[in-house]
Amino acid sequence: MSARIGVVTFPGSLDDRDAVRAVRLAGAEPVALWHAEEELRGVDAVVLPGGFSYGDYLRCGAIARFAPIMQAVIDQARAGLPVLGICNGFQILCESHLLPGALIRNDVRRFVCRDQWLRVEATSTGWTSGYASGQEILVPLKNGEGGYVADEATLDRLEGEGRVVVRYLHDNPNGSYRDIAGVCNERGNVVGLMPHPEHAVESLTGPSTDGLAFFTSAIDQLVQA
Amino acid sequence: MARVVVDVMLKPEILDPQGKAVQGALDRLGVAGVASVRQGKRFEIELDGPVDQATLDDIAGRLLANTVIEDYTVTVEDA
Repeated sequence: MSARIGVVTFPGSLDDRDAVRAVRLAGAEPVALWHAEEELRGVDAVVLPGGFSYGDYLRCGAIARFAPIMQAVIDQARAGLPVLGICNGFQILCESHLLPGALIRNDVRRFVCRDQWLRVEATSTGWTSGYASGQEILVPLKNGEGGYVADEATLDRLEGEGRVVVRYLHDNPNGSYRDIAGVCNERGNVVGLMPHPEHAVESLTGPSTDGLAFFTSAIDQLVQA
Repeated sequence: MARVVVDVMLKPEILDPQGKAVQGALDRLGVAGVASVRQGKRFEIELDGPVDQATLDDIAGRLLANTVIEDYTVTVEDA
């Protein structure tokens, strides 16, 4: 039986279809979830996709964090459910306080859309076990509010506990503190990142297939569990 | 009936690219002597009945402001 991975669609989600496709290409069964639902239909993991949920009103992710389905996501994430937040999904996870820190407007004051080199630094998470530590990957990045910020004590703790999951290489695109592109929670089951691994899962449409291992990592761990 | 104003500002240590952009525009307008601009949000809330401080702090701290990066002030204009 293959793993079932839910992908939540909020009003204004943009990359939910690509996330569903990435889940399928990785070998799991994608399950479309709707923001207004209150339960997760027994899925084994959840992806919060990119986009502009609720028009990014108030702050990116601030309204989505209170969507009916998010209470179930938050409760089950705290109980160990693997959750991956990509771009807007990362913003939602920070607004939900499942991940520390926040995402603010890019310091360059522009929307940045390009292929971005990253270094995978934490491979003990639920979504990155398929990478080699220090592996360099190329995936698309597209955001206007991708600057990762947190206070110094939080940043030191993240570094000390090995919770910086991916870091920008060569050129920091948005002013993120310490070049941080993605982080995880203490347990490692909740991962959020601004770049888009779901757009780099097949050579026809992506700059690489480097993103696929996020999804196969989750599947491998679910199969072992 | 109560009217409440909540002001939300980025914490001083957080970079404000929008404020910087406004400052740059003021500079191009020829306005001299602008040392810095910070941009925030103002919420004007009308309530049907009286309201207690705990509820206001909940509204402001849980939704209107992200206290990781923002500070807020709550002012009750008509109690």
